[in-house]
Amino acid sequence: MEFKTVLTSCPYCGCGCGLLLEVLDGKLVGTLPSKTSPVNHGKLCVKGWTVHEFVTSPNRLTKPMVRKGDTLQESSWDDALNLAATRLKEIKEKYGSDSIGVLTSAKCTNEENYVLQKFARAAIGTNNIDHCARL
Amino acid sequence: MTNSIEEIEGADCILIIGSNTSIAHPLIATRVSRAKARGAKLIVADPRKIPIILQSDLHLQQNLGTDVALINGLMHIILKKGWQDQVFIDERTENIEALKKVVENYPPEKVSEITGIPVADLEKAAEYYAKAERASILYTMGITQHTTGVDNVKSLANLAMLTGNLGKESTGINPLRGQNNVQGACDMGGLPNVYTGYQAVIDQAVRQKFEEAWGARLPDKIGLTATEMFPAVLDGKMKALIILGENPVVSDADCLHVEKALKAIDFLLVIDIFKTPTSDLAHVVLPGAAFAEKEGTFSNTERRVQLLRKAVEPPGESKPDWQIIQELSSRFGYPMDYASPRAIMEEIAKLTPSYGGITYDRLQGDGLQWPCPNTEHPGTKFLHQGRFTRGKGLFSAIEYKPAAEIADEEYPFQLTTGRVHVHYHTGTMTRNSPSLEREISECFLEMHPEDAVELKVADGDWVVIASRRGAVSSRVKLTDAAGRKTVFMPFHFLESRANILTNPAFDPIAKIPEYKVCAVKIQKMDPSDKSILSSASAH
Repeated sequence: MEFKTVLTSCPYCGCGCGLLLEVLDGKLVGTLPSKTSPVNHGKLCVKGWTVHEFVTSPNRLTKPMVRKGDTLQESSWDDALNLAATRLKEIKEKYGSDSIGVLTSAKCTNEENYVLQKFARAAIGTNNIDHCARL
Repeated sequence: MTNSIEEIEGADCILIIGSNTSIAHPLIATRVSRAKARGAKLIVADPRKIPIILQSDLHLQQNLGTDVALINGLMHIILKKGWQDQVFIDERTENIEALKKVVENYPPEKVSEITGIPVADLEKAAEYYAKAERASILYTMGITQHTTGVDNVKSLANLAMLTGNLGKESTGINPLRGQNNVQGACDMGGLPNVYTGYQAVIDQAVRQKFEEAWGARLPDKIGLTATEMFPAVLDGKMKALIILGENPVVSDADCLHVEKALKAIDFLLVIDIFKTPTSDLAHVVLPGAAFAEKEGTFSNTERRVQLLRKAVEPPGESKPDWQIIQELSSRFGYPMDYASPRAIMEEIAKLTPSYGGITYDRLQGDGLQWPCPNTEHPGTKFLHQGRFTRGKGLFSAIEYKPAAEIADEEYPFQLTTGRVHVHYHTGTMTRNSPSLEREISECFLEMHPEDAVELKVADGDWVVIASRRGAVSSRVKLTDAAGRKTVFMPFHFLESRANILTNPAFDPIAKIPEYKVCAVKIQKMDPSDKSILSSASAH
């Protein structure tokens, strides 16, 4: 069996506690608090201690889906991305850049937020970009 | 936060206002405990008896939405007693006379009447805060989620400047940010008026810099906020939305309205790690990777940029969101080809003065707190030392305004919303964590026992809670945590969506909805009879 811990940052609140994800044979099996983190000094809250549970949930989305009538059906990445790009282009051409809005995510990384706002501004051509800071 | 998490331990007085710290930010609450152990005074201002009051020296139980009156009242007492920091006021601030004039009209008796806080407690709080060598304010959404959210924050700034509690260690005005990377999403320009590092989109020189870097013409008009986008959909002006890792059908005020908008929209793209009530309405859903399955950085509430390291592979065909976005962008006709998050951060650092010195190599240890303008800079522990961003600190003279929706004969209760210790926001993550879901698996409405007697409901009974916007059902939990006619509900539960009830009226500047106060009526419910609920929801 191969066991390792990976030092990373908690995805729940804004404290940003350091935690060690326990990985056994390539699978996430547990969470430990980081003793060296400047934020949490070896402690975690109940959400932090159980953070691996949602990651390994069987309810995770694992395939792209596209709407066919009233239902969402599994699709290939190519088809889903092409459909999304085509529909967005059509709407931009027909109604203008400001007819599209983008909600980026306080749960995603800085880098992901950066590329999404760049996509909104440089590709779509709108400043209609916001996220849940107010919610 | 103006100051850092570790500095909380060194404060001589901590004022927690509108923050359920031990529930929502447990690891910051431990710093408050350590400060207490050192002998610090702790004042908690909250309409409910939240757990951290057990450690407090003083609990100010203000009526919902009366924070400006409370803070003006504290400043009135401080000025009357001469406890202000005159040297700080003279050297570092301006407009004190305007503040004095307004605050003059908030004598303790009047403030006590508005807030419901006894005069003696107001006096004690003013003394604890003003006389402390180092006083620190901690706040969260209990301050900001009001139609007077900006007024509330500015009032706290007034209080801190009046007593010289800014720009030095263990002081400051410290918003505890609710989401792990809400600071970062703001820093990265996930806002309609700014690019990265709060560089304004209407500033021509800034826009030109980004146009050159990105090779594209950029719009010069400020965009719509999230709270403005859904009404724009219903007005027919907005035709498509891209939603990354958010669940507005549960999280937004007056969420039935949001649901209606998303059902009407021409095209909705959702990128998420779980199926949500929002993704159920999408035309295309793309599966993202969770935090454990990708690399990148998060910026925490003390502006600390920290590395995220990949531990495992994403499940099935799901993949990191940055890859999804760049593939979408390339197919849309604007090619992106970053090799890694590290490469993206190199571009961010080039374009963002406050992130200028941030590199993945430098983040290996404890991370770095921005502003960090160059690769020699050690990062910034606390802000505003010696001078404010605008030069002098500006006092704002602010009058108290009541909440937008006040209880009346038809809707006699005031509802406020918040979190519980085992759940997080719309529950997408925590309700998929069996250990957490086992602790609390259904919604509850906290109600004062005397109100329950009047409504003839017992602990655990089902009630229907209705506002002008819709109705939900929930069990009742009897507690005297809040005063009479004030009820509380967590907003995590899809089955009892508190945000069907909440008021979308928003602050004119911050555009933040008034989640923390709305008027509701409550009625005992026969749990087998859902008809009352569906008729109310259709409203």
